[in-house]
Amino acid sequence: MSGNIAQTAEQVCGAFGDDPARLMDIIRGVQQRLGHVPDAAIDAVARRVGRARVDVESVVSFYAFFSKEPKGRIVIRLCDDVIDRMFGYDAVRAAFEEELGITLGETTPDGRFTLERTACIGMCDQAPAAMINDTIVTWLSTDKARRIVSELREHMTPERLVKRVGGGNNGHPLIRAMVHNSIRRPGPLIFSEINRGEAIRKALSMSPAEVIRAIKTARLRGRGGAGFPTGLKWEFTRSASGDRKFVMCNADEGEPGTFKDRVLLTERADRVFAGMTIAGYAVGACEGVMYLRGEYAYLLRYLEDVLEKRRADGLLGRGVMGRDGFDFDIRIQLGAGAYVCGEETALLSSCEGMRGDPKNRPPFPAQKGYLGCPTVVNNVETLCCVTKILEVGPATFNMYGTSRSAGTKLLSISGDCDSPGVYEIPLGTPLGEVLEMCGGTRAKAVQVGGPSGRLVGRDGFDRLICFDDLATGGALIVFGPDRDILEIVSRYMAFFVDESCGYCTPCRVGNVLIKRGVDAIIAGRAEPRDLEQLEDLCRTVKSTSRCGLGQSSPNPLVTALESFRPEIEARLRADPNGYRRSFDLSRAVRPTEQLVGRKSVHT
Amino acid sequence: MSTSAAKPRVATVSLAGCFGCHMSVLDIDERIFDLVDIIDFDRSPIVDFKDFTGRCAVGLVEGGCGNEENVEVLRSFRRNCDILISLGDCATMGGIPALRNLVPTEECLREAYLDGPSVHNPSGRLPNDIELPLLLDKVRPAHEVVRMDYFLPGCPPSADTIWAALTALLTDKPVQLPYELIKYD
Repeated sequence: MSGNIAQTAEQVCGAFGDDPARLMDIIRGVQQRLGHVPDAAIDAVARRVGRARVDVESVVSFYAFFSKEPKGRIVIRLCDDVIDRMFGYDAVRAAFEEELGITLGETTPDGRFTLERTACIGMCDQAPAAMINDTIVTWLSTDKARRIVSELREHMTPERLVKRVGGGNNGHPLIRAMVHNSIRRPGPLIFSEINRGEAIRKALSMSPAEVIRAIKTARLRGRGGAGFPTGLKWEFTRSASGDRKFVMCNADEGEPGTFKDRVLLTERADRVFAGMTIAGYAVGACEGVMYLRGEYAYLLRYLEDVLEKRRADGLLGRGVMGRDGFDFDIRIQLGAGAYVCGEETALLSSCEGMRGDPKNRPPFPAQKGYLGCPTVVNNVETLCCVTKILEVGPATFNMYGTSRSAGTKLLSISGDCDSPGVYEIPLGTPLGEVLEMCGGTRAKAVQVGGPSGRLVGRDGFDRLICFDDLATGGALIVFGPDRDILEIVSRYMAFFVDESCGYCTPCRVGNVLIKRGVDAIIAGRAEPRDLEQLEDLCRTVKSTSRCGLGQSSPNPLVTALESFRPEIEARLRADPNGYRRSFDLSRAVRPTEQLVGRKSVHT
Repeated sequence: MSTSAAKPRVATVSLAGCFGCHMSVLDIDERIFDLVDIIDFDRSPIVDFKDFTGRCAVGLVEGGCGNEENVEVLRSFRRNCDILISLGDCATMGGIPALRNLVPTEECLREAYLDGPSVHNPSGRLPNDIELPLLLDKVRPAHEVVRMDYFLPGCPPSADTIWAALTALLTDKPVQLPYELIKYD
């Protein structure tokens, strides 16, 4: 048995040239063929690729989609995000549990099904949703859940669950997903029609320095949320020393509430790949890698096909568009369910076949990135903007938006609004106007930029969506008047607790403590002093964590307090005797009471 | 206020601790004469008062809470003392007793009274005398049970640390502990 396992593992290693940097693909391959990655496989992989066993094992244990324990042939992963909870997650989960006869986290005794929960899978506008192996199912209900299970029992083929496909390329034979694009408001730039090849042709008619200047003139800033000037990033990479350079496309869209990159990859993949090619030309890179989140694996075959067609048409490969000396090709690296990999240095770690641990900066990726080489890391949407800038010129691009936030921005809008979906708006648009567009004007609060962004109450609805005011990677989650702000904060803290890589203590421990504190307030067992201490803790976690995750994870509470302090403080009460109200004596003695069969005289 | 209006009263207790912190209190040596000049001991193992006789200015709490009685006693300290001090690491963080927090209560009791290799317990029952306080599921540091005002770290805090903190509090001066008193390497 273990001989077979080792043999399988070695075959998979061989298919990836025993390259330790391809560990993600190797382990994914083993997981696919064996259903899990047992010790014998870890041993074999470690031997073949020349890594320490613990390196391989830590990759297996780090990513949510890899497992040392055997899983069912079909793994049902329920998306457990705030949005899903708002739209019936609990009932759907109960239906799945009842129908399968197992609880969340378990595998059926016949080894056919595993039921799990997972963080946001980028389907917030069609929640509740789930991944069934790589197939996405959307708009779940209890009826649908029961139907899915009984159907799967018959044919065991998740793909066959897709009866009707979503619009646009979701119906493409290589995608065939029930996912909907819901492009509610296509704008003039990012969603405009593509003239395939035009942007690259124009780029090649300029010098690389001129391309960078064009991007700078357009005042393009990174669309992932941080807003770093793209032209400057490219210039750093171009001037960094090294013969081998890389262009990375960050398609690890993991911020809960964000799904615009999913739509871009479905509908404008050519524009993304063109952007990578142009970046390659500008910085002097021959190799591009797109890091595609594991949740979007259903797009993989389609994207590979787009790449293949671009190669056939001379838009990729040796001598791009006949230009001697400019070779550029792209490979797609699939992730495996880890939010932190959207952080650019964690993304690099993951691409290099390691745990998705963030790296220390400096050196920045522009100096020392993928495999130690100078690397540009850009967001999917940023790269689309690059292509558009080359197509229409910087002046047309920065006609839209404001002076410091040029162009348009995609928003992924979900939650309590009439028309959730993707909106392309000029940067500088007031939040209130966006709420009018999507039919969410009754909102009590909006989470701008996902949990790592900020919760904005009605007092902030006149603020502008742009880099200098409400900066956002694109997530906009609308909360109606009946939603409990602290419940939202607690869910988001649960998300960060799950996704912390565990490397540094403030983030690993601090987020757990913040969540506990928030839950105590919700339970009505917190005192004014507790809130003071919580705020202090938030400051510590933000200022002492190693990467962006911990530096922003307290944001849900910190920003909720900015708009909702009176509402939150009204739930605090001190005990007149100075007893801690968070301590519940009767609960604390309950296990012993049951063991010895006697009631406490003190409760 | 207290019975002898002139002198503030001080109470001390050892909860889930080892009495090491109380030993450290006694380690102030002959300064105990200076101490009793300015205070009266109230409820404390040092004078063997079993209950409070009046309102106390300061309560020194050694140990965290491991059982229901600890909780009751700590709560009575909170009711009867103006200032409560967590004395030592067990009161401050749970300390050694809190190591059992890693083990479920049932496993803990079974190992101690039924399954442990050196256990002789033919009855096969857990001790259950009415006099025995029930264990809490986890050992809590003092401040998780009542509001605590000051924390003196150390295992135990040195006599000098205790002396400095107490005299400052009792003479209405700010408690400022020099680095040497709270460094442990």
